[in-house]
Amino acid sequence: MGVKLLLEKANVPGIRSYDVYRREGGYSAAEKALKEMTIESIVEEVKKSGLRGRGGAGFPAGMKWSFIAKPEGVPRHLVCNADESEPGTFKDRYLMEFLPHLLLEGLLISSFALGSNDTYIYIRGEYAWVADILEEAIVEATKNGWLGKNILGTGFDCMIHVHRGAGAYICGEETALIESLEGKRGNPRIKPPFPAIQGLWMRPTVVNNVETLAAVVPIIKMGGDEYAKIGVGRSTGTKLISACGNINKPGVYEIDMTISVEDFIYSDEYCGGIANGKKLKACIPGGSSVPILPANLLLKTAKGETRYMNYESLSDGGFATGSMMGSGGFIILDEDQCIVKNTLTLARFYRHESCGQCSPCREGTGWMEKILQKIESGKGEVSDIDLLWDIQRKIEGNTICPLGDAAAWPVAAAIRHFRDEFEWHIHNRELSQTSNFGLQHYADPIHVPA
Amino acid sequence: MSLQFNNEQMTEFKRLVARYPEGKQKSALLPVLHLAQDSFGGWLPTEAMDYVAVLLNIEPIEVYEVATFYSMYNLKPVGKFVFEVCQTGPCMVSGSENIITYIQKQLGIQPGETTKDGIFTLKLVECLGACGYAPMMQVGKIYREHLTKEKVDAIIAEYRMQVAAKN
Ligand SMILES: Cc1cc2nc3c(=O)[nH]c(=O)nc-3n(C[C@H](O)[C@H](O)[C@H](O)COP(=O)(O)O)c2cc1C
Ligand code: SF4
Ligand code: FES
Repeated sequence: MGVKLLLEKANVPGIRSYDVYRREGGYSAAEKALKEMTIESIVEEVKKSGLRGRGGAGFPAGMKWSFIAKPEGVPRHLVCNADESEPGTFKDRYLMEFLPHLLLEGLLISSFALGSNDTYIYIRGEYAWVADILEEAIVEATKNGWLGKNILGTGFDCMIHVHRGAGAYICGEETALIESLEGKRGNPRIKPPFPAIQGLWMRPTVVNNVETLAAVVPIIKMGGDEYAKIGVGRSTGTKLISACGNINKPGVYEIDMTISVEDFIYSDEYCGGIANGKKLKACIPGGSSVPILPANLLLKTAKGETRYMNYESLSDGGFATGSMMGSGGFIILDEDQCIVKNTLTLARFYRHESCGQCSPCREGTGWMEKILQKIESGKGEVSDIDLLWDIQRKIEGNTICPLGDAAAWPVAAAIRHFRDEFEWHIHNRELSQTSNFGLQHYADPIHVPA
Repeated sequence: MSLQFNNEQMTEFKRLVARYPEGKQKSALLPVLHLAQDSFGGWLPTEAMDYVAVLLNIEPIEVYEVATFYSMYNLKPVGKFVFEVCQTGPCMVSGSENIITYIQKQLGIQPGETTKDGIFTLKLVECLGACGYAPMMQVGKIYREHLTKEKVDAIIAEYRMQVAAKN
């Protein structure tokens, strides 16, 4: 069994309630932080922990906190990003649904460290019942003196508010989220200014992911140095992975980033192997935006070394032969899955979710979907593959926010690694409507140049 | 203006607005539109949007802009129960297509349509954050997960019963 810092108590009956959470040692980290620590020392512990943002980009949390501007007389805000809309990702939901007080405790400590008296949880609109769970937990925490005025007699006031979105993936991008929280369309802002200087209502703002903020609790409990000892290299602590697709045990797992990808997929403690006795064909290891990898490159790097479930190892080889940790949305495709079709559903997703501000993203995502639809329905030409490649290249790096890149990368990676499957579709127009390319060579041992 | 929040809805409206600082009441727009949609029959007629604009002291256009941007706001009438079935990659590889076809057959409607009796609307949506519990759909506030044909039948029957009980 690996180390569990976040989900350790997830199975304790009634842990969702304040009483049980408290009885199990909950809010002791908040007590320690507010009573025994200074703002500086809290930030210092988070820095020492090496905690990296769990929302997808992996930016060091302590460093982000130290950037927040502190102009005299201007309120600052902490905003918790619970928009969780990246296909394959459902870990934040699990944390909020089963351990709402763990998040609130993390938010309280973080709000104290950042000087946020009004902290917002921006939760995706569809998680309506999860918002209710959070609201209930906030009432309990307030009743017990953990939120409100003069918390623990420290003079610190803090209220946490739940704000429901209304269906827009783009609102997960931090500046779009801020716009949305101001009651506007979710159009990302041009940076700079960064939210740390001018964010919500033009006030200094820190936006962090749910899991990032929950991780502050064990960090304060055990100390940043101890936290940093778990894991490997710059992948410190534990990471929640939401595993889905064709596996025996889909679900949310906490891993300590030293486990190999192969063990994660095949061990009974985690995914429990590929469902229905099928073979592994491909995997999108970090949410739909990150590059898809064929089985052979997923389990081993291009150098032939074992690939591990951590930031560095998953991205080993760059985009040529690697992928990314991303949001931790781990999507497994078995031998019966069609890469063209899977890519098409993702292209449709990004077209649907583009906010439309930048033409490369707005037009490009539409084009990619159309061409993929054409290939998928047996009407493609070989030149379409090159056209797709060309379009994705023109989007990447030419947009206001990273959604453009996020739309381009899955298409690029699918063509890079599965070009022959695209070609097969095109050359076998009728056959491709009734059958699949299958596993082919995608799981064969890779040739490692000497 | 005939559309108005009743007392209970008005209390909820005030609670929502109180979350934001003085003068930043526009921030309550998304939650208030949810409240309006839930209060006025599951969708947002122009009248409802205009009413929200008045309540929040903002221009109607500011409300229209937002209502048209977000996928959860219905700008046309919908059935009593809206089946929002996820069609994105992870659900698709876990069999969502068969479920979608089955629902279409059982309800006799295409995506985007409402049954003649006004009970069901079928919508295809993108990832709802339930990929590990696929295939799935959202109905109102709740998620229906691990869908099978049998489960779909039971769900349809359950809602039909609910409607019959009310009549
Ligand atoms: C299109 C897009 C969608 C995003 N969606 C989310 C999301 O749902 N949840 C999240 O935490 N971060 C999301 N992010 C990343 C946020 O912009 C931001 O980096 C993150 O919330 C910072 O928190 P962290 O440093 O704790 O990870 C998204 C980014 C982009 C470009
Ligand atoms: S890249 Fe796409 S989603 Fe991002 S701002 Fe531009 S159009 Fe909007
Ligand atoms: S892909 Fe269907 S819920 Fe995520």
